[in-house]
Amino acid sequence: MIPFETFRVALRALLRNKMRSFLTVLGIIIGVGAVIAMVAIGEGAKAQVEASFASMGSNLLIVLPGSTQSSGTRGGFGTMPTLTWDDLAAIRREAPAVRYAAVQLRSNAQIMSDDQNWATSVSGTSPEYFLIRSWKAARGRSLLDSDVDASAKVVVLGQTVVDKLYGALDPVGQTVRIKNIPFEVVGVMEKKGQSPMGQDYDDCAFVPQTTFQTKIQGGLQKFISGTIFIGATSTDSTARAETQVTDLLRDRHHLDSAAEDDFSIRNLTEMANAQADGMRTLTTLLASIAGVSLLVGGIGIMNIMLVSVTERTREIGVRMAVGATPLNILLQFLVEALTLAVAGGLVGVALGIFTAGRLAAKFGWPTLVRPDIVVISVCFSGLVGVVFGLYPARKASQLDPIDALRYE
Amino acid sequence: MALIELDKVSKVYRMGDVEVHALREVSFTVEERDFVAVMGSSGSGKSTLMNIIGCLDRPTGGTYRLDGTEVSRLDRRQLAGVRNKTLGFVFQSFNLLSRTSALENVELPLLYGGVPARERHRRASEALGRVGLADRVHHRSNEMSGGQQQRVAVARALVTRPRLILADEPTGNLDSRTTVEIMVLFQELATAGITILLVTHEPDVAAYASRVVVMRDGRVRTDERQLARRAIDDLAATASPDDEPQEASV
Repeated sequence: MIPFETFRVALRALLRNKMRSFLTVLGIIIGVGAVIAMVAIGEGAKAQVEASFASMGSNLLIVLPGSTQSSGTRGGFGTMPTLTWDDLAAIRREAPAVRYAAVQLRSNAQIMSDDQNWATSVSGTSPEYFLIRSWKAARGRSLLDSDVDASAKVVVLGQTVVDKLYGALDPVGQTVRIKNIPFEVVGVMEKKGQSPMGQDYDDCAFVPQTTFQTKIQGGLQKFISGTIFIGATSTDSTARAETQVTDLLRDRHHLDSAAEDDFSIRNLTEMANAQADGMRTLTTLLASIAGVSLLVGGIGIMNIMLVSVTERTREIGVRMAVGATPLNILLQFLVEALTLAVAGGLVGVALGIFTAGRLAAKFGWPTLVRPDIVVISVCFSGLVGVVFGLYPARKASQLDPIDALRYE
Repeated sequence: MALIELDKVSKVYRMGDVEVHALREVSFTVEERDFVAVMGSSGSGKSTLMNIIGCLDRPTGGTYRLDGTEVSRLDRRQLAGVRNKTLGFVFQSFNLLSRTSALENVELPLLYGGVPARERHRRASEALGRVGLADRVHHRSNEMSGGQQQRVAVARALVTRPRLILADEPTGNLDSRTTVEIMVLFQELATAGITILLVTHEPDVAAYASRVVVMRDGRVRTDERQLARRAIDDLAATASPDDEPQEASV
């Protein structure tokens, strides 16, 4: 018998009992819908975490100077300048897994435009910093090496600062005052959004590190009064870069093997990976729970197919009498179970996508409907149909035609 | 060569520890184009005989040749093929697929015979025309009278152009007028060259056959040829369906 005919017969048999067919596939619908919605939510959360870490910078390590210790009271990291400009040069020169290294000297300062003012975080840095954080200028330009060399009095503003000082106007070319020193606004950085902790990345201003040292923050010229940002050569090499920098700095700071590091390295990629792993575990867990309901749906299909075989015993007998082989009968019921399951799977996909969309809208999560998960869940529900349909179908095909014809 | 050749065919059922001999070494042959009625009370073995001849069951002893082929040793799949190509069935309770049109019911054997859709459609319509239901092609089985349903069943039996039609109490659920109508149909088919084997317990129905086999206790009791009654004459003699039930007609 032609496959299409088998399918048509199956479809008609199912449509004959619409309510029953619907209730039967409800388990599959809910199962697939749950898998898709759960994975979409999990993936969305993971993507959000990844995106917020990525906005920090790719392959990022942050080196913080050590802590002060005075009469037993220990300060936090960064309270004592232990990193020197020579350390920075050494890192750039001697750590092969490091692609870029830049300082971020930081100070809070009041920035004044002609008629507005705003307190923000002013950083002194070099052009590499923007490469590490893969951050481009939205208007004007970013900092240049020549700005650093010339200790130029130029500033690049974050979007939030621009909003506060200039509103919708273009600030490029305008002059702002930081600590009463005029700086020319040469560019505006593109919007970055929030950090994983909710800090506004765009509430900032950048000046050349040389200008920062001389005009904004005096003090020790030998030490870096801030942090070093390091971009590793690749995502995989962040751990290697971390080791290399640690070894290099310990060596340069003459720390013996017993001594604690007088600096600290934050590996953002690892933190991001750990977060993503957690999310992945959560996604898998949610999907497995949802998957169980798929199995339950399969049992529902088996149950109703057994009822159907019993109900249609006579029909099976007639079909056999007019020449249906056991295989014909087997396929007919198998296709019926498969049709039920796949139809349920497809409706479940629609339901899952819809649910994911609604939840995303409600909680403000990003949701990602993964096409592979959609395909897998439909295939899996088909598999469930075949597995749970096989027993009833086999039972039907093994019926004795005489008994089947006489069945009341 | 005979169409049906049974040689010492036995069928023994086991019911727990008891052996039931449904058929005891039955030997008989049916020539092509014959119209045979098999009679007998219930338990006489006539149904078992029908099932074996109809390739729905296999004998436990002896050999059965259908059209020269030894079919008693074929497997289920092969038997299905024989039923599809060589045989047609008509049952007492019609056994049409419910809520399915007459046309689709008649197409069913062709579906399993792998006949393409267009050809299937043409042949099924033709068969329905032959049983006088050309105007009922799209009626569903539950929208038709018993006589009409049995005609659809006959059309389904003959659509594959079988060598043999097996009818198991085909008139058991019909009133006397429709009984005659169905018998007219069978006689027409026999004239057209299809062998017919009819199981019945009504002598009135057996009268339309040209040979009557009586079974008893799993054996052939009598096997006689007779001058068949012409059903078409009885039909002409009966009143139209609007009149009183046709006591005198059969």
